[in-house]
Amino acid sequence: MDLKQMYREIVNEHNLHPTHKYDLEQPTVVLRGVNPSCGDDISLQLKIEDGMITDGSFNGSGCAISQASADMMLDLIIGKSEEEAQKMGDIFLRMIKGEATEEEIESLDEAAALQNVSHMPARVKCVQLGWRTMGEIMKEDQASHADGSHHED
Amino acid sequence: MNEYKQDFPILRDPNYIYFDNAATTQRPRQVLDAVEHFYQTENANPLRGLYEWSVRATDAYEGAREKTAKFIGARKASEIVFTRNATESLNLVAYSWGRTFVREGDEIVVSVSEHHSNILPWQMVAKETGAKLVWLECEADGSYKMEEIENKITDRTRVVAIAEVSNVLGQPKPIREIAAAAHRHGAIIVVDGAQSAPHRRVDVTDMDADFFVFSGHKLLAPMGIGVLYGKAELLEAMPPFLTGGEMIEYVTREDATYAEVPHKFEAGTVNAAGAVGLAAAIDYVGQVGFDFISEQEEKLTALLMEELGKIPHITVYGSKDPADHCGIVTFNVDGCHPHDVASILDADHICIRAGHHCAQPLLQYMKVSATCRASMYFYNTEDEVYRFTASLAKVREELGYGS
Repeated sequence: MDLKQMYREIVNEHNLHPTHKYDLEQPTVVLRGVNPSCGDDISLQLKIEDGMITDGSFNGSGCAISQASADMMLDLIIGKSEEEAQKMGDIFLRMIKGEATEEEIESLDEAAALQNVSHMPARVKCVQLGWRTMGEIMKEDQASHADGSHHED
Repeated sequence: MNEYKQDFPILRDPNYIYFDNAATTQRPRQVLDAVEHFYQTENANPLRGLYEWSVRATDAYEGAREKTAKFIGARKASEIVFTRNATESLNLVAYSWGRTFVREGDEIVVSVSEHHSNILPWQMVAKETGAKLVWLECEADGSYKMEEIENKITDRTRVVAIAEVSNVLGQPKPIREIAAAAHRHGAIIVVDGAQSAPHRRVDVTDMDADFFVFSGHKLLAPMGIGVLYGKAELLEAMPPFLTGGEMIEYVTREDATYAEVPHKFEAGTVNAAGAVGLAAAIDYVGQVGFDFISEQEEKLTALLMEELGKIPHITVYGSKDPADHCGIVTFNVDGCHPHDVASILDADHICIRAGHHCAQPLLQYMKVSATCRASMYFYNTEDEVYRFTASLAKVREELGYGS
């Protein structure tokens, strides 16, 4: 798929008509992700209950690739467990580095179309923004489990 | 067809349109040949010459210094220090002159449209010495009023650090008048000529710059060779920036005395081939002539601005007068992030810059987070402008907006 095709068939729709771009009413966790060099700036909002991502959204501004990628990610991770989401995030980031297998890439559904960006070094940070932010949320969440704060309630 | 284009091997591929000349220009065959000739016939470590090749390498290097001095109107070749680029030249001035001569309570005047390389070194000096940064604010079109300049430059001012031409808006500043204001108040003026030296005649003596810097690579020369001009008495009073080989007179276990200016500032093995390339680039520019360069740039800029005016949803920043752009046109497409615009144009082999152009304070002032920038040089053509605007006219559609 060439670049213009990627925009036309996937990116534009998610950028101009995102499903998940709004503020969530009662998120359990909110994290801001920023690419200072290009001005991409999103806040990722998730509702995590008993290890399941029951709802999620993002809001903010940035280039079409950063916004579309975050929207596609939410399509994938809502309704999944934290572990599954983390695994997808890992596959996605490896896909962008050119290190994921065909089978893994297929599991990303529509987001697989973004693998083209791996050939565009300047846009890699844009496409990763939502995913990196999600990864940080998961890491922090696990750390808070590990230090026992969740066991007390 | 532009006759000069044939001299540039990379530009012979007609599929590519190179409109990122403010970032770096391309190099003509003559420059590439000069560098190759140096390495093939006279390469040795210059300035240590005890044998013929080294003597020739030294002559080539020092010849490039003389040529550079003449090119910018310096009185003496020893007022030219070779560096890696304009950024290193500005850092040299800030670290050496700034940290030695700026005192607590002094003011350093910088303009809001400076490149980060003429802001960050002065922020460092201000933090270390307790001096204060004072900002010259521009008008909506990027120009500076003399009134603003007169108000901000006062007896407290120690340094005025300013670009002759903005790398975002292309707008030239009245450097001679600003230098006069600085000198009236006992300040020095540091002029960033990165975007001016390739495009218009520079005369550092006439403008009365205390320091003037530019990069070779924006002027057809190889990457890695830059220039610092400094008035002899200032350079002589300054401590070295880097220390080490080939910048000393005597070294004992505890101490050293330094070589004369300019070698005091050129520690280590120098970029002689780069300097030779720069000399060839200066010759080439001399043959083309600044009259032709500005005429061509102005013609292309006028055409580009006219064609951009025909495309809906495009905002062009800066002066309405094409003569005030030095070939640089900065713009945005409504609803489209500049990085997306650049990616779509790249699919058509069109090279432009998108982002903050290392000038975030100016973009904050313009209230945009990023812009697209097309920057042209004398080897660009009207045909390229038409192809560029035709491609740009389709960008919104490519990004999903109804045409």
